[in-house]
Amino acid sequence: MSQTFTIDGRVIPFEVGQTVMQAASQAGIYIPHLCYHPAFKPNGSCKLCTVKVNGRQSASCTLRAQSGMVVESDTEEINAERRMLTQMLFVEGNHFCPSCEKSGNCQLQATAYHLGMMSPHFDHFFPDRAVDASHPDILLDFNRCILCSLCVQASREVDKKQVFALSGRGIGTHLIINARSGRLADTDFSLADKAAQVCPVGVILKKRTGFAVPIGQRTYDQQPISVPGKVAEEIRHD
Amino acid sequence: MIEPRKKIKVATTSLAGCFGCHMSLLDIDQRLFTLLEHIEFDRSPLTDIKTCSPDCDIGIVEGGLCNTENIHVLREFRRNCKILIALGACAINGGLPAQRNHLPLAVLLEEVYHTSPGLANGMIPNDPELPLPLDRVHPIHEVVHVDYAIPGCPPSGDAIWKVLTDLLAGREPELGHGLLHYD
Repeated sequence: MSQTFTIDGRVIPFEVGQTVMQAASQAGIYIPHLCYHPAFKPNGSCKLCTVKVNGRQSASCTLRAQSGMVVESDTEEINAERRMLTQMLFVEGNHFCPSCEKSGNCQLQATAYHLGMMSPHFDHFFPDRAVDASHPDILLDFNRCILCSLCVQASREVDKKQVFALSGRGIGTHLIINARSGRLADTDFSLADKAAQVCPVGVILKKRTGFAVPIGQRTYDQQPISVPGKVAEEIRHD
Repeated sequence: MIEPRKKIKVATTSLAGCFGCHMSLLDIDQRLFTLLEHIEFDRSPLTDIKTCSPDCDIGIVEGGLCNTENIHVLREFRRNCKILIALGACAINGGLPAQRNHLPLAVLLEEVYHTSPGLANGMIPNDPELPLPLDRVHPIHEVVHVDYAIPGCPPSGDAIWKVLTDLLAGREPELGHGLLHYD
């Protein structure tokens, strides 16, 4: 018999070794997240999946489930903090949804919808970030990067290429390309790479496919991200 | 004699926007007649009244801030309207105009008035009556307090209708899935 804990009063079974996020996902409970992907080791960087466990906050993607845990997730207090984190992500980058090909398929945007984010609230940074269009098949728009590092993990662990890395510290942290020129064209990156599929926002885009599905008919236009099976990693587009 | 119920006074304006949000306001379609039973328009491109009355109940602002005139109008709205609503992506995050923010203003003016093809002997307009452009485009909440935001580029008529009718009914406005859009 498996052990159990509760999330918002609902009893969740789990296997020893599973995280709270894994057990919740298996039970069909959506916990907002951006840097978590079931195929990769969780790094707990975005903190969107923060829950309250026995009165203390913790990232549910890295926290091992234990029998008898009392987890609070979908509460106004926790969601308000998630909404604030999401607002900070929006103002730290240049997220202009109407001109983004990923709009409607974007996990950041869909999570903000889920959390009822009506405005970014904080002052915008409007950072100066270049676009890398050097690769024949792929466009990189760093303006939308949220530093989830999923492309870094996918390239290193699945593709065995190490095309991406995060460099710098604090607000200066940014995504870099592992080539002497710093350009994607000077790497062996390929459209078939796992790293080309995992970006939850509109940084890594396949060229010449823009607006194949009209805005308004895309994944999260149809159903919210909280619907089981609608989390982006399970239905990667493009 | 029973006095007729006072109508809610609504002012609207477009700052650095494209008037798409005002077009969406018209997309409320026949429900506009229902709306007009409860509201009257004050300063607005729809009425062509030039300044806000001091007793406006709701101010609706489309567009961001790209010049000093925009800031002047925004402050007039904040001063005269009890509730201020940011309508659409430009008012909320600068939108399309803000995508010039990583380029120096001087370079932009040079490109537009001096070096673009077909602009022989062009000059950068310098009439003192022209409002000075800002070095960056800003969303309106960076200058005044904003009470509510209706995201979208533009928001749908349904979304605007929902927020206005929620406010008229004394409810906290809420846009659920399908009405809440950033694109």
